[in-house]
Amino acid sequence: MAAEHQINAGFIPLFDSAVLVAASEIGFAAREGVDLTLSRETSWANIRDRIAIGHFDLAHMLGPMPIACNLGLTPLASDTIVPFSLGLGGNCVTVSNTLWAGMVAHGALPDLDPARAGKALGALIRERADAGRDPLRFAVVHPHSGHNYELRYWLAACGIDPSREIEIVIVPPPFMADALAAGRIDGYCVGEPWNSASVVAGTGHIVTIKALLWRNSPEKVVGVRKAWAEQNPDALAALLRALHHSARWCQNPANRGELAALMAQPSVLGLSPALQMPILTGHVALGGGAELTVEDFFLPFGKAANFPWKSHALWFYTQMVRWGHVAHTPENLAIARDCYRPDLYRSALKPLGVALPGANSKVEGALASATPVGSAGASLVLGPDGFFDGQIFDPDEIDAYIAGQKLARAEA
Amino acid sequence: MIRKSLTVLVIDENHIRASIIEAGLREAGHEQVTVVHDVAGIARRIAEIEPDVIVIDLENPNRDMLENMFQLSRVVKRPIAMFVDRSDQASIEAAVEAGVSAYVVDGLRQERVKPILDMAISRFNAFSRMARELEEARSELEDRKVIDRAKGILMRSRGLSEDAAYALLRKTAMNQNRKISEIAQSLVTAAGLLDPGES
Repeated sequence: MAAEHQINAGFIPLFDSAVLVAASEIGFAAREGVDLTLSRETSWANIRDRIAIGHFDLAHMLGPMPIACNLGLTPLASDTIVPFSLGLGGNCVTVSNTLWAGMVAHGALPDLDPARAGKALGALIRERADAGRDPLRFAVVHPHSGHNYELRYWLAACGIDPSREIEIVIVPPPFMADALAAGRIDGYCVGEPWNSASVVAGTGHIVTIKALLWRNSPEKVVGVRKAWAEQNPDALAALLRALHHSARWCQNPANRGELAALMAQPSVLGLSPALQMPILTGHVALGGGAELTVEDFFLPFGKAANFPWKSHALWFYTQMVRWGHVAHTPENLAIARDCYRPDLYRSALKPLGVALPGANSKVEGALASATPVGSAGASLVLGPDGFFDGQIFDPDEIDAYIAGQKLARAEA
Repeated sequence: MIRKSLTVLVIDENHIRASIIEAGLREAGHEQVTVVHDVAGIARRIAEIEPDVIVIDLENPNRDMLENMFQLSRVVKRPIAMFVDRSDQASIEAAVEAGVSAYVVDGLRQERVKPILDMAISRFNAFSRMARELEEARSELEDRKVIDRAKGILMRSRGLSEDAAYALLRKTAMNQNRKISEIAQSLVTAAGLLDPGES
């Protein structure tokens, strides 16, 4: 029987495309009557262009990317909405062996502690500046990315001005490890498996992890062309149900081997299944023989990972304002808030009788431990979700938050 | 009034395609054309060349890096934006389908850029066609080679004539609803397994 819905989607070779890949390859999409065709792309710019001209109906996107699109910050921008998140966490900050040795000399330990690592990095940066050396160069994958914003957040919270004291450049994820090995960059923030790739090659050291900077924090999303979503509500709802089942399958430890093999395929990541295991198990080799297990390193499903919280979109927006990507105005704030669509997630999943958050937003960083929360349907557990510096983001107090972070930058 | 001819930078890792574009631009009267295959050090090159138009292949994974550089432009003196003629959706689609994109300096008039983009689109399409035809010719040649080897195996082991060997391959392929080259490949592989000296 022919599928009821044809959907074309793009993805970038990163582990956090897993929920889309598994939906297509394991058969969750087919079971919902969706023929999901995935195309691997080489740049986020290509994803944006192909969404804009209608080659793709939806795509694997960086969480802030649809917001940047709707704010008109990118060329060929088309109205894009986010009805589904592809997971929480999954990124790391990796530095060269030389930089790591310098950080160790200033007190860094292989414990992934962001505060300690940041303090050591700050001391090293000042030492280098006093010696008249060039600023360190870090790479992220895109200016409008969780990577750029979390790297900057971490550095600024540790008293380093990311706009002046280091240089931040853009490098495509699959090239990060090579750029580090060749000495073109000193460090980078990227999703797995491109951090473990440097560790396995012996050319890099993981200094901290997204889940330790901000636990249960947003990363990739499904960005959908708004016009397509409005014309094809049934296809979208069917796909969201397929993604829900796929995400649940991806989170199940029993499927780790199969998922690692699936993502290792040449048509997806083209890296060994062994390299897919750190993100699946949370057991990470840091380099130099050190290993640690990080809780909630990457959540493709648990802790309401797929719910498109408006507070996540709004936090990205505060960082866009903070680093000069956009002016804080009531209009821009509304655009950011309207980009993420928990209503579409809820209406698509309601027939499944699964746990659904009752609120559209939450206070980020407020939960110190795993907490059951009010939800429609079954029970739901959220958190802990703290920022490493103890800050709290209350979306209802967004003006104060934005004003406060401007001060933090000036003081740095 | 004689207008200064536009300076064009072509960024394409594919050397052959880049020279096809370059030739096309020169034929169209653009004398200031630079081709870059490797984006290492691209910021410095752009600062030196000061291109009015940058043509880039969409498969280039460095587009995000380049777009970021165009926007920040500490090195790039003049702001560069993607060439988007909103009134001409068909042309944007044609460009993406052909696998090419263009970035232009701010303030450059659309009618001056469009012919360059159109030329790039047609040359990209011509290149894809050529690459496809080459690939087809190559695989046809491979097929013929493997069929010849399979015929040789049948002629030796079954004492068939060349025509009879080919007829047997064709009949088997028809019966199994497969291509003759696939049957031939299976036979060559099997013969190699049975007798390493045979293949």
